Order: sequence, then structure tokens, then C-alpha cells
Amino acid sequence: MAVCIAVIAKENYPLYIRSVPTQGELKFHYTVHTSLDVVEEKISGVGKALADQRELYLGLLYPTEDYKVYGYVTNSKVKFVIVVDSSNTSLRDNEIRSMFRKLHNSFTDVMCNPFYNPGDTIQSKAFDSIVSTMMVQAC
Amino acid sequence: MESLTLSDVEQKYYSELFLSCDVDNTKKVASNGKVLDLFRAAQLSNEVVHQITELCGATRLGHFGRSQFYIALKLIALAQSGLPLRVESLNSVRDLPLPRFVMSKNEQETRHAVMFADTENQGPYLPRPPGRVQAKKVSAHEMIQPCVPTVDPQPDTTSPVVSPHQSPPTSPHAWRKHKRQASGGNVDRQSSVPGVVWPPFREAQPGPVTGDGMWSAHSPPPVQESWVSFTDTPPSSTLPMHPPSAQPESATVRTVPSAMTTNEIQRQSIGYDDPWKITDEQRQYYINQFKTIQADLTGFIPGSAAKEFFTKSKLPILELSHIWELSDFDKDGALTLDEFCAAFHLVVARKNGYDLPEKLPESLMPKLIDLDDSAGVPEPAPEVGFSASPVEVTPNKSPSMPSLNQNWPELNQSNEQWETFSERSSSSQTLTQFDSNIAPADPDTAIVHPVPIRMTPSKIHMQEMELKRTGSDHTNPASPLMANPPELSDETKLAATIKFPGTTVGDGYSSSDSFTSDQEPISSAVNRQRSHSGTSPEGLKVVAPPPPPPRPHASHSRSSSLDMNRNFAAVPAGPQQPGVVAFPPAVPPRPLPTQTSVPHGHRSVEGDGPPAHTSTSPQQMPEQPNFADFSQFQAFAVDQPADDGEKPSDSGQAERCAETTGTMRTAKNDVQAEERNATTVNSAKVSTPLAPPPKPVRRRLKSEDELRPDVEDLPQKSNVIATVLATQPSIPRSIGKDKKAIQASIRRNKETNTVLARLNSELQQQLKDLLEERISLEVQLEQLRPFSHL
Repeated sequence: MAVCIAVIAKENYPLYIRSVPTQGELKFHYTVHTSLDVVEEKISGVGKALADQRELYLGLLYPTEDYKVYGYVTNSKVKFVIVVDSSNTSLRDNEIRSMFRKLHNSFTDVMCNPFYNPGDTIQSKAFDSIVSTMMVQAC
Repeated sequence: MESLTLSDVEQKYYSELFLSCDVDNTKKVASNGKVLDLFRAAQLSNEVVHQITELCGATRLGHFGRSQFYIALKLIALAQSGLPLRVESLNSVRDLPLPRFVMSKNEQETRHAVMFADTENQGPYLPRPPGRVQAKKVSAHEMIQPCVPTVDPQPDTTSPVVSPHQSPPTSPHAWRKHKRQASGGNVDRQSSVPGVVWPPFREAQPGPVTGDGMWSAHSPPPVQESWVSFTDTPPSSTLPMHPPSAQPESATVRTVPSAMTTNEIQRQSIGYDDPWKITDEQRQYYINQFKTIQADLTGFIPGSAAKEFFTKSKLPILELSHIWELSDFDKDGALTLDEFCAAFHLVVARKNGYDLPEKLPESLMPKLIDLDDSAGVPEPAPEVGFSASPVEVTPNKSPSMPSLNQNWPELNQSNEQWETFSERSSSSQTLTQFDSNIAPADPDTAIVHPVPIRMTPSKIHMQEMELKRTGSDHTNPASPLMANPPELSDETKLAATIKFPGTTVGDGYSSSDSFTSDQEPISSAVNRQRSHSGTSPEGLKVVAPPPPPPRPHASHSRSSSLDMNRNFAAVPAGPQQPGVVAFPPAVPPRPLPTQTSVPHGHRSVEGDGPPAHTSTSPQQMPEQPNFADFSQFQAFAVDQPADDGEKPSDSGQAERCAETTGTMRTAKNDVQAEERNATTVNSAKVSTPLAPPPKPVRRRLKSEDELRPDVEDLPQKSNVIATVLATQPSIPRSIGKDKKAIQASIRRNKETNTVLARLNSELQQQLKDLLEERISLEVQLEQLRPFSHL
């Protein structure tokens, strides 16, 4: 269960960011922002010729004391960032991958919507519902 | 007038009908003429109609107010469904289908014409010059009354509403008829009345951006003076849909936003029980619209075209986006006909103020919309008299109406559903294919703990040792290891380590393949080792194991732990790495030197070792020297069966040295056995585990010293072998002795086997523990270096 989920566009501005409201959302925004650097580092390292074979799932970007940040980048340089609580140790890598997969699927559905202009913030209810299922079902 | 509760559908329907009858735009009174026409269109007998009008109170009032009109409509519905006409049934009957008026406009006109003709026939009573309206009225009134009885029998004459009880209401009606009649060719006037109603319907159909003004003129703001507590939704909004949340049975006062300034369909007030169901006409309309965008009905509307189209509805983009998400069932970015109809339907609903559902209603789902069934809709899909019946076409009035009415049964779009779904499947396949790019990279599918573990050289080293040790014996459980050294993956290794605790005996030198290896192969390995180094012809006992493979030095403390050099060097080769169980060095000479002293020390240390398996290398160091004392340990382990805690480790350690010292032990055992034979043959058999200890102690003392120096191993082994060989041949020499000797040797072998097996198991256990420890350390290492696996 994620604590914060963010979708960042290619130009590194957020398309969608949502966090558990219990804690300061600003903190999560900051975390996501700083994680972008790590994402860039990861994806730039494998530039070369096999840019297409680069794996989309980046894995654990970096752990902090309270939480861990996972990253995922699509072929169009749209980045998904998931922040999970460190105390939630039962969350396995496989589950994180599946979360990213679901996110990606919902994102493509949003993209398919002709009424969605790429670059707008994502306001799709379907996307919201998918994200809700993955967020910590907290208060 | 009793109160009337109408469902929303009915409300809409009725209001629309009322408005259609509201020729004078009074919004209060439905013109009797129209009403009567409408009632006639209900295809009820005149008697019934009379009854209805009577019941609804129009007779009393003399005109059809809104409430009367509604009641009359409801009564018509009752009558049409075959229920007795009773006032009480107005509100009690639930799920009453809406009244159906099947008369086409033309029919109406014809009927009117007929009526006119009839009225003409009844000339004496009705025809009056229009000018003399009032007089006519009165006279008509007067006339009608007397002629009422005569009118009744006439089926569809003047006014179906003319009933004995009706007086005033009929007069205006008749008056109107007269008027119409007088105007002769003024049939159009009457038709123009409905025509007034028509064009907006029609114009809306051909084009999205038409009819706005018209409707605005004719559809007054929905705020109605509804003392009847109905809300008159704009005719265009008389959609049969209700938001699922609405109470279908209660007359809710709904102020529908008059947002009908849209290009959208002017839906006819056709009520359905299913709020979201699309009527046939609606569907036809949608299909027409679809055709305007995409001629092929089985094709798709691309997203961009659909966007433009729906943007015309002037709904907020957000809502349009939501509608799209709901209606694009297969998420392919294009709309099939079914999807398009669903989307259109949702847009219309939204325009009428209904909230969009969170999920696509069932009736809108592509696979459920099947026009073949709906053509003969069981529900009283009533079409207002304004609409043409399926059979009848009104080409003159509305160019699009024919298309609306035609081909109903053919509008089966189910074919597209399959396309839809195939599309969906393909799209989903593309999605899955896309995803599969990621999936294979995930190696942690089946492993409990997804810890990647690199293959360490030590592992390879182990394999090498195993290879060398086992030679070409492929039955050795380690041989698979030989065959698949490169296949040693992290998972398997991890799994191996996980499984290790579960197995009591395992080949410590094989990695993933010998989880359940039993003692047999081990002992066979031992045997082989013995044989490898050239055993005696009998293949018994004493065979010095082959020289160990070259050590990978510092990284393998384990291997070096087995190194006899380390015994005195006592320097861990490097960081302890679990799982590295290097092949013990060449079997030291049999008797372990300083058995008593060293084992004790080792033993104590060893006690610490096993419990602290996950400790660092220094702890292994104390263990390591124990290898040299394996036999000692075994002896002690055997001696102290209560010492179970240490025993496994002892045995493990002992096992590790099993191969190396096996020969020694066997040699010792041989010697001991001979001695034992002389003393306690049986006892040796019985107390097999105990037998070796006393003797081996002595021997070990000697052997340990010999164990230490590597160099001397081989010659010592050979010495051992020689001794064994020497001893053995001596046995069969004397026959009398032979039996005993053979028995003794058998016993010895058995004992040796047992001892070695135990030692092996203990060593295996130790190996497993060390492997686990190593894995955990590597995990920690990985965690501390998250960037490593990029």
C-alpha cells in the first residue's frame, strides 16, 4: 500500500500526485521531486543503443528512514513514483511491480481518452479509483 | 381531483404530450382537440375514452387541464394494459406502462380529415363557419349534446371524447374541428400544430446544431407552474432515462436545467422502466449521427472525431472525459456504434441533468444492446403519436423520420460487440505484451525471499572441488552440480540454503541439487574418494582422498577453514562466507595428533561456533581447527549423546572432514577393529558408535599431528593405505582367522560407514548454516548498496 503516488510528465512536471492526507503532503511532494534526480540518473545510465530495452521498472530509488521510494518510467519518459512506508516491510518487489503495471495501464487508458490533452493534470475518475485501491486505506 | 403520482418517466412523457397538446401554448390547458386526437391515437374504444375523460375530470372542468391530462393519460395506460379503469388504480398501479399512442401524424391528419368528413357528415350538427365561433360553440355545444347519443355509436367520428357527460369540453373541441374543417385545406393548420412540435424533433435529428432556437421557442423553461407537482421537463429532455438514484415511483419535483439549448437530440418522452435504456428511436437517431461521422456502421469513430462531435454538446470537458471513459468499453480510443450510442445517451442524460454514473449501466454496455430484441420491445415502448409507427413513414414531414422508423429490426449492432471485444482483447494483448517486457525481468516470482545472490567464486570453487572429488561419478548428487555449474542461480542457491535446514543430510558440496541427498551418495562419495585415491582391492576403507583443488584463497574462509594449514595458521582466509565449504584438505594421516588436548580446546570453541553460525569469520576460525579434529569430535559427539546442541555442528564439522579423514578413520578403525575383534567383537557391533571412540582417540592423537601438515597428507594417506592394505591382506590369510577377520572387517566397515555418515550429516548441517549466513550477509550488503543492481 503506497503512501503517495505520483505521475510525472516527460518535462518533469507532475501530472498527478496524490498522497495519504494524514501526513504533510508537502513532504511527499518534496520527496517525489528529489526522487526525480535518481530517476534521471538511472535512465541516463543505460542510454546507449538499447534505450528501448531498458527496463521500465527502476526498483527502489532510495530508502529513507521513514519510507522507500520506487520508480518506474515509461518509454515516453513519463515517470511513476510510488512512496511506501518503510514499516510496511511485507510489501514485496513483485507487488510494487504489479502496482506500477496497473498504474501504467490506467495511464494509457487516460491517454486514450480523446478529451484528455496530454499535459493536463489527470482528472479521470477511473484513474483515481485505481490509485485509491493502491493507496494506504487510511483514515 | 385525486393526486396523482407519476414516475419520472411518466412525468416526462405526459408533460411532453401535454405540451404537444398545448396548442395555444397556454401551458395550462391542453386543447381538447389535440387531446382527443391523442386519445384516439391510443386506440381505445370510444367508450373507454369517454370513460377516461370522465374519470379524469375533464368533463367536469370542460377542458383538459394539466392534471386532467395526466390522469387521462394514466387511465389510457391502464386501459391499454387491460386494467379496469378506476380512479383508485391511478396511484395504486405500479409499473404501469406508459400509454401508447400509435397514431402517426399522418394518421392523425387523416383521422382529422376523417373526422372532418364525419363531422361533415354530421353536418347538421357540427359544421359551422369559423366566423361564428361563439355561436358555433354554443350551438355546437347544444348540438353536441343532443347528438351525443348519436355520436357515441359512431366509432371514430368527431370527437372520441364526446361523451354524454361532456359538454363544455367538447365544444371548443368541436369548435376547433369546425374551424379546421371550415378551413378545409386548413388541415395543415392542425398538422401544423403537431408540426410545430415536429420540426424541433426533426431538425434536431439531422443535425446536431439545429433546432435549438425552435426548441427554445417551444420548450419553455422547465420551471412549470406545476400545481400538480409535476415538473415539466422540456420536451427535448423527455428522455426515458432516470438516474439510478431517482425514485422511479415518486413524483419528484425536478427542475431540470433548461440546458436544452443544445444541439442534441430532442428526445421524445418515451418512458422506459430501465432508466438507461435506449429507445429504438434514440438508437436510430444515434445511428444516424454515427453515420454522419462514420458511414460504415461497423467501423469505428476515432477519438478525435468523437471529441469534436461531443464537444458540440457543450458539456464540460471533464464530464465528456468521464463519459468517454465510461463508454469506451474496450479502451481502444475509438467508438464502435454501440459505444457511440452509449456515449451519446450519456451525453443526453447529462444534458438533462442526470448525473453520470460511476460505471457504465448495463443497458448501455455494448454487448447488451441488441436492437433485434428491442424492435418488439416488450415494454410499452410507447411512441407518442408524433412518431411514426414502424410501418408508416412520414416522408413529407420529416426527412429523417423515415430513417428513424425504418429498419428497426435490422439495427442489430451485436456484430460490433464482437469487434469491440476482439478489439479489447487485442488491445489488452498489446498491453500485456507491453507488460511482458517487465515481467521477465522479475526473477522473484517463485522465491519466498527475493534476495538476489550472486554466484560467488566460492560456489564455483565448491563445484570444482566437487568435480574433482567425484570424478566421473554422475550418480553423485553433486554431479548435477557438475553438469550445471553455470546454472546456479541466485534463487536456487537461496532456495538451497533455505532448504538446507530442512534436510538432515545433504551434500554440503553440492549447491542446489542435493537437498535431499541421502547418506548413500555421501558415503559413496566417500567411498569413491577412497577409491579415487586408489583403494585396496576390496575398495574398503582406507583410501586417501584426492588432493583438494586449488583454493581460491582469501575469499573463502570456509575452504581455508578446511585447510589444514589454517589449523595451525589459525588465520581466517578472509571474510567468512557461508556456503563455502571447500573440500577439506587432503586427508591427513589417520591418527589425529593431539587429539585429547586439541579437541578439547576445539570442542569448547566449537560449542561457540555452531550457535554463532551467523557470526563473522573469527568464529569460524575456532571451528576450523575442529575440522582436523573431526574424528575427535565425532568421538566426543558420540561419547556425549546428550550434547546434542553441539553434536550437529560437530557432526557437521566432522562430516566436512569426513572425506579427508575418512580414510584415516577407516584405517584407524581397521586397526581398531582388529584390536576390537580380539576384545569385544559383539560389543563392537552393538556399540558401534562407541567402539571407534576409544580407539580413534588414540589414533586421532596421532593423526591430527599428521593432519596439520598438508604435505604429509598424501604420504600419510598412502601410509595409511599401506597399513590398511597391510592389515587387510593379513586377515584372509588364516582361515580360522578369516571368518573372524571378515566379520571384524565387516563390522569395522559398518562402523566406519555409520561414523562417516554421521560425520557427513554434521558437516552438511554446518555447511547449510554457513551458507545461510553468507546469504544473509550478502543481502545486507545489497541493501546497503541499493544502486548496485541497476
